[in-house]
Amino acid sequence: MAKLLTTEQMAEFANSGCLFFDELIDQQTNQEFLDDIGHTDIDEVDSVQDYYRNIKATSSIPRIPAGTKLKDAYPKGSPLEKIFSHEVVDGAIKSLVGSNTIIDHQFLHITFPTKYFKQANQRQMSQQNHQDSTIDPRSTFDVQLFYFPTEVTKAMGGTRYHPGTHLRIVNEFGIAKYQNILGQKSIVCKPGTIGIFHSGLWHGAGVNFSENIRYMFKVRLQPTEKQELLWDPEKKYQPLPNRALYWTDERKDKTINDILMRSYPWQEADTNRLDKINVVKFWRLLTGHKKMDVDYWLTRIENELY
Amino acid sequence: MAKRQKVLVLYLKLPSLEGEVISWATFDGTGKKLHMTGDSDEPPYPTGLDALLDGWRLFQASQAIPEHPGQEFRTSYLKHEFFFEKLEEGDF
Repeated sequence: MAKLLTTEQMAEFANSGCLFFDELIDQQTNQEFLDDIGHTDIDEVDSVQDYYRNIKATSSIPRIPAGTKLKDAYPKGSPLEKIFSHEVVDGAIKSLVGSNTIIDHQFLHITFPTKYFKQANQRQMSQQNHQDSTIDPRSTFDVQLFYFPTEVTKAMGGTRYHPGTHLRIVNEFGIAKYQNILGQKSIVCKPGTIGIFHSGLWHGAGVNFSENIRYMFKVRLQPTEKQELLWDPEKKYQPLPNRALYWTDERKDKTINDILMRSYPWQEADTNRLDKINVVKFWRLLTGHKKMDVDYWLTRIENELY
Repeated sequence: MAKRQKVLVLYLKLPSLEGEVISWATFDGTGKKLHMTGDSDEPPYPTGLDALLDGWRLFQASQAIPEHPGQEFRTSYLKHEFFFEKLEEGDF
């Protein structure tokens, strides 16, 4: 039974562009996945080329043509089928991209430790910031599911990401010149952790200074239906009233509006307001409430009388 | 003695050098230090003005470009970009 996301989780996704589920996948499935990809002990392979050659020769992960339905993609009983049928993963996918999602692509990302670069006399660098995969002005969005089968320590770098950047429309590595962005985060996690990114979220692979290989298996999923109230099939959600600007009541619990209006340290003083407006517009699409607003941002400028 | 250029790029919260640093990149032409993406979580200076006070010379700043009609709410790249340099002499 799919465990659909809560409205709070959906608001978190609308605002930050990402959700995380720590240690969600059990250790046996993690090990089965490593066996399936042809994981090799680092002491047994000396070069990146040999490592990839070994993986290609031994991996049992199926090749999936773009556009394949997720439900038909992985063999019954395989570790990836188990991962995608986990009630939390299944529920998150159904909440964000619906029940008939299709696979755009899958990719096993491998970040190699220092040893391989020293042996090849190559400069070891982190991956620059980018947004997958080309400029994308749609209102529809895809999600990218990131699965970490092994522990990721701080020394391993982790996937770097920038919460709140998902609604900024840029063209792939056009953001590579931003070496560091205030508030940047890296995924340091236990085995079996799942991250789900909005396809527009800025990110990049951190450099791996540990002695072990870092894996991240990524699957990009596309919706085939309108992404409106998918997490709330009974359509019970009602927006809160448009509250007074800058009004807060600290005695009350945090509301959906507080989650939606969270700011990030990297946002400019002027553009930060547009970022908020775009979150409200995104929330209108997700909820189907075409006139809802938070803090009067859109109501003010929609009062066009001429 | 040869001269080499060090480049510091700061992205600020405001289109003024008084603005706080929100993003930064460093490229060291002396070869003494290799900078890369994600190598520091703390900005090198609190504001653009602080970089000037430490001897960095500003050589380029982003222009104010009016939003395209109909695209006023589209957000994209970081807006307030400032390029600084320092020249260093030495045997490289």
